[in-house]
Amino acid sequence: MKPGAARSVLLPALVAAALIVVWYFVSAAGLFPPSAFPSPDAVVKAFAQEAKSGRLFNDIVTSLFRVSCGFLIAVAAGIPLGVWMGQKLPARTALLPITNFFRNLSPLAWMPFAILWFGVGDSASIFLIFLSVFFPIVLATMAAVAGIPAVHFQVARSYGLRRFEKLTQVTLPAIMPQVITALRVTAGVAWLVVVAAEMIAGRDGLGFAVMDSRNGLRSDILVVEMIVIGVIGVLIDRVLVQLTTIPSVRWGYER
Amino acid sequence: MSVSIASQVKPLELLDVSLSFGVVEVLRDISLAIAHREFVAVVGPSGCGKSTLLKVLSGDEAPSTGTVTRQGQVRTVYQQDGLFPWRTVTENISLGLRFVTDDQERQRQLAELLDLIRLHGFENHYPHQLSGGMRQRVELARALAGDSDILLMDEPFSALDYLTRLRMRGELVRLLEERPRTVVLVTHDIEEASQLADRVLVLTDRPARIRREITIASPRPRDLIENAVVEAARRILAEVDIESPR
Ligand SMILES: Nc1ncnc2c1ncn2[C@@H]1O[C@H](COP(=O)(O)OP(=O)(O)OP(=O)(O)O)[C@@H](O)[C@H]1O
Ligand SMILES: [Mg+2]
Repeated sequence: MKPGAARSVLLPALVAAALIVVWYFVSAAGLFPPSAFPSPDAVVKAFAQEAKSGRLFNDIVTSLFRVSCGFLIAVAAGIPLGVWMGQKLPARTALLPITNFFRNLSPLAWMPFAILWFGVGDSASIFLIFLSVFFPIVLATMAAVAGIPAVHFQVARSYGLRRFEKLTQVTLPAIMPQVITALRVTAGVAWLVVVAAEMIAGRDGLGFAVMDSRNGLRSDILVVEMIVIGVIGVLIDRVLVQLTTIPSVRWGYER
Repeated sequence: MSVSIASQVKPLELLDVSLSFGVVEVLRDISLAIAHREFVAVVGPSGCGKSTLLKVLSGDEAPSTGTVTRQGQVRTVYQQDGLFPWRTVTENISLGLRFVTDDQERQRQLAELLDLIRLHGFENHYPHQLSGGMRQRVELARALAGDSDILLMDEPFSALDYLTRLRMRGELVRLLEERPRTVVLVTHDIEEASQLADRVLVLTDRPARIRREITIASPRPRDLIENAVVEAARRILAEVDIESPR
């Protein structure tokens, strides 16, 4: 291991340890009642209990399922629409203002309608996640397509690439780096949104679990859930960042 | 079309070509016939319409009036960033070989081209991992791949330092000996034009017209300090109002 690598593990670990120490002393000082400020060991106990009961695991699976569904549907629909808007000026002129409008309307504002239309459960959350991902993906894809240098298409023409080949061999590879960046950003947003959605429009999932712990005055379990939510968010980005290591997209991140 | 007629048709011919972008008149009444395997250099003031002329020749721009005839497959070498950044050196060059259907034959030509541009060991590098000179060599190889007939070059070496530029001129002459083409080279570099071209077209300020044609008869490769080259450079300089003729 390089000396820098050891340091990059050690320093963050030190910060985390320091945070836990501060947490321990604040809770031991009794500034807040234990029900409002659980101690680290209470949280560890709650974690063991939640893990054993299997409820935590179920909530994680439920939330991940909803995020994946909403995210994948939004990406599958958003990238083609974005490509089309990037290529066709009339499409852009017609659809850009409304896309911008929905992009800037918080998906959480849709919550009442989501519940009215889909009831409480998977569909409502998936719908909200879809909204939070779809519009940013459309806009990012559109901007990337519109920004492809004309020289690439001149080259494509001069080497006899057909319409479909221009799409698969020029347009799509040319926008890949920016699309991957948009995927990372929106996956993070989707993970934020699922928690909020499930707090109101769910009967399970991590967001519901947070609400449930609050109602049951179990702040120890609440902290467990918060830690799990944060860690999974980081892991999602760690997974997606792997896309940026694909050799044919590296050019977009260098320079 | 019968063979005898085809052989009389010039690879590239412009007849009274004019082009305006809205109110901006860029090309005016340009007539030009380029012979088979001729090397023509185009020089002229910045912004006069050299790149536009090349785009008319390649078919990327249609003239406002006048006619363009083109006989054969055209390939363009761009000033920079003409390579696809998402493709490796090999994959970029293969673009020029995509109509070679036999797989073995394509591999053979690919190896030969890599030999020509002396980039063995960089086959799987991406453009952003290469130096400017290496990228230009890959562009050249891609444009020379397959059996194109006409090579259009828009300031292909202007992003390079002086020594690399000198070396690239030598490379170009050598590559064209192996794979002869009809060439139109746009350049700012009068020395480059004098050293490479059979004929140099000096354009006027915008709207561009052909101000003077200078023919250079001496065979290639030419030394930088050889009489024909120095004399040609002097004549070109005289036309662009920098040095008075003696
Ligand atoms: N697509 C376009 N739309 C409008 N005007 C254009 C366009 N392309 C070029 N022009 C104009 O045409 C003129 C000639 O441009 P061109 O690029 O051909 O010049 P150039 O001789 O190649 O210049 P340089 O030596 O700086 O490369 C310029 O005034 C430019 O603004
Ligand atoms: Mg130019």
